[in-house]
Amino acid sequence: MSALTVYVEGVGLWSPQLADFSALRAALQGQPVAPPPARPAAALLPANERRRAPESVLLATEVASQAVAMSGREAASLACVFASSHGDQPIMDYMCAVLASTPAELSPTRFHNSVHNAPAGYWTIATGCHAPSNAVCAQRASFGAGLLEAAALAVADARPVLLVCSDTAGSGPLAAMTASAAPFGSALVLNAQPGVSTLGRLDLHLCPGSIADAPVVPALPAGWLASSPSATALPLLALLAQGAGRCTLRAAGSLGMDVHLEECA
Amino acid sequence: MLQPIIPLAVSAFTATSALGRGREAHLRALCDARTGLRANDFSLAPLACWVGRVDGVEQAPLPPSQATWECRNNRLAWLGLNQDGFLEAALAARERYGADRVALLLGTSTASIGATEEAYRRLDADGGFPDDMRRPPIHAPHSLAGFLAAALGLEGPCLTLSTACSSSAKVFASAERMIRLGLVDAAVVGGVDTLCESVLFGFNALELVSREPCRPFDRSRTGISIGEAAGFALLERAEAAPEAPRLLGYGEASDAHHMSTPHPEGLGAELALRDALARSGLRPDQVDYINLHGTASLKNDEVEAALIARAFPPSTRASSTKGFTGHTLGAAGILEAVIALLAIGHGLVPGNLGGADPDPACGPQFAWRNEMRPVEVALSNSFGFGGNNACLAFAGPERRA
Repeated sequence: MSALTVYVEGVGLWSPQLADFSALRAALQGQPVAPPPARPAAALLPANERRRAPESVLLATEVASQAVAMSGREAASLACVFASSHGDQPIMDYMCAVLASTPAELSPTRFHNSVHNAPAGYWTIATGCHAPSNAVCAQRASFGAGLLEAAALAVADARPVLLVCSDTAGSGPLAAMTASAAPFGSALVLNAQPGVSTLGRLDLHLCPGSIADAPVVPALPAGWLASSPSATALPLLALLAQGAGRCTLRAAGSLGMDVHLEECA
Repeated sequence: MLQPIIPLAVSAFTATSALGRGREAHLRALCDARTGLRANDFSLAPLACWVGRVDGVEQAPLPPSQATWECRNNRLAWLGLNQDGFLEAALAARERYGADRVALLLGTSTASIGATEEAYRRLDADGGFPDDMRRPPIHAPHSLAGFLAAALGLEGPCLTLSTACSSSAKVFASAERMIRLGLVDAAVVGGVDTLCESVLFGFNALELVSREPCRPFDRSRTGISIGEAAGFALLERAEAAPEAPRLLGYGEASDAHHMSTPHPEGLGAELALRDALARSGLRPDQVDYINLHGTASLKNDEVEAALIARAFPPSTRASSTKGFTGHTLGAAGILEAVIALLAIGHGLVPGNLGGADPDPACGPQFAWRNEMRPVEVALSNSFGFGGNNACLAFAGPERRA
């Protein structure tokens, strides 16, 4: 059985119910949590960029900033992997609608914001990051597949890596195809070695054979997990909030990944 | 400082583009200096420009068992997979290593967005997708990899990389890491992008599309010609295929400058190049040929020409082949990796088609016409929107590190 070990140094999270990772901790303990404002703050972006940036970029930037701040690392030093099952759905809906009616009127800015690596592009520009950046997807397995890719990069090149997995809500006729009722984003800072800000150690084992969608997290409303393809991160985020444990994620359509989290002394 | 990697065998490879189906068609067109570009005849109201369109995609449906994946992008993928014995090589690797020990890593920028565009043109009375287009997997950017995982019966790591025009170069890097870490024993890598309204009208809106066939590195170039392509490579440990060419290394870096224009000094491109040389254990003077990104956009060519002029001696030959194929976007990385491998295998430096009046930024490294000469080591540059840069290094089987 193949195995990879990485250390988690930071966690970011944003959903319509949860403003950050501490809100998830509180929710898991049965405490009431105040929902965040409707738009992710994405305070790291310069004000003019923040006004222009599409939803996908605001969401990814928000969770990435949270995780990097918790890790205490310089954002510019981190290689990054941005995963998303569907990219920016409001832009996809806009583009397909315009192309069906008045194609010559397509907005150039929305077109360049439509690339799957728009969040990676905005992030590296805002943080002055020249490290490798990636943008990936794997249908409903995007979080697990992104985690595998980010962990492989961290271990192979012995460098810290930022993983972001986020999806906007569905929009327009396309929404019926994407099962994305609500936005959801999370981020992890991973390193191959333990350090002062290590929250826990992750052992990842690939398990051949397809698995069902990620199991429910009993302490959380079932609807949260089903609300977005990126919400498949919730079982692992819940483990991180609780300190230790095991869960299984999809690493690909026909490949499971057993995730074992241990606290570090 | 990066350590050199252990080279991998490229034990099978193929490409299908406007130049034709498979390696022989590409080699012949390159030798004849014959472009595959044509006046745009794609879509109902074609833009006045030139495209690199693959013939016969419309007449090549998927096998009935894969009908749920029907769309132009997956058709081109299937067409490309069936050239040069690649499908058989991939299935043999699955038998040899096990379905869960072969990764499937594919780059695409369009995926099958063309199918989603079509659904929007034919919305039903209730404003929803027509019945025949209600196939959720083709309306996601993972459509290509999902289809090929099903078609090849692969059950290992399966990932789509979508970093615009560097997508199918970066798959080589991900594959090398997975093989080095023992997560898999082999990887099918590649990429497919197809003509669709999004890219034609999108690049047109950015005023990057030329009205004439693209002229990379020409002083009076007027923009890109968009093309489509499929390409694949099978990567294994070198001992599994001693006679196969090698992936020596790769580099990846970010510009941190702008979403749709390159860094003015080519900073990210140079970092990716230096990384690729370091991982390959190469000095610049050991590089015989560089297949350039060379899109024929004003900015890209200016920045890339300056990078080649300052980083390499005149003995290193360089050219863009986008005058042959057009810019195949997310498939450019694999298509031009295949051209670099053909250059190594046949001792051919392809001439920079379309560059009749060289931009003054171009140094003596540029091969304006075909040159028959030994090519032991070849690089391929791929740069994408968002400032995403990749560089690949290949060599023949006989080269000793």
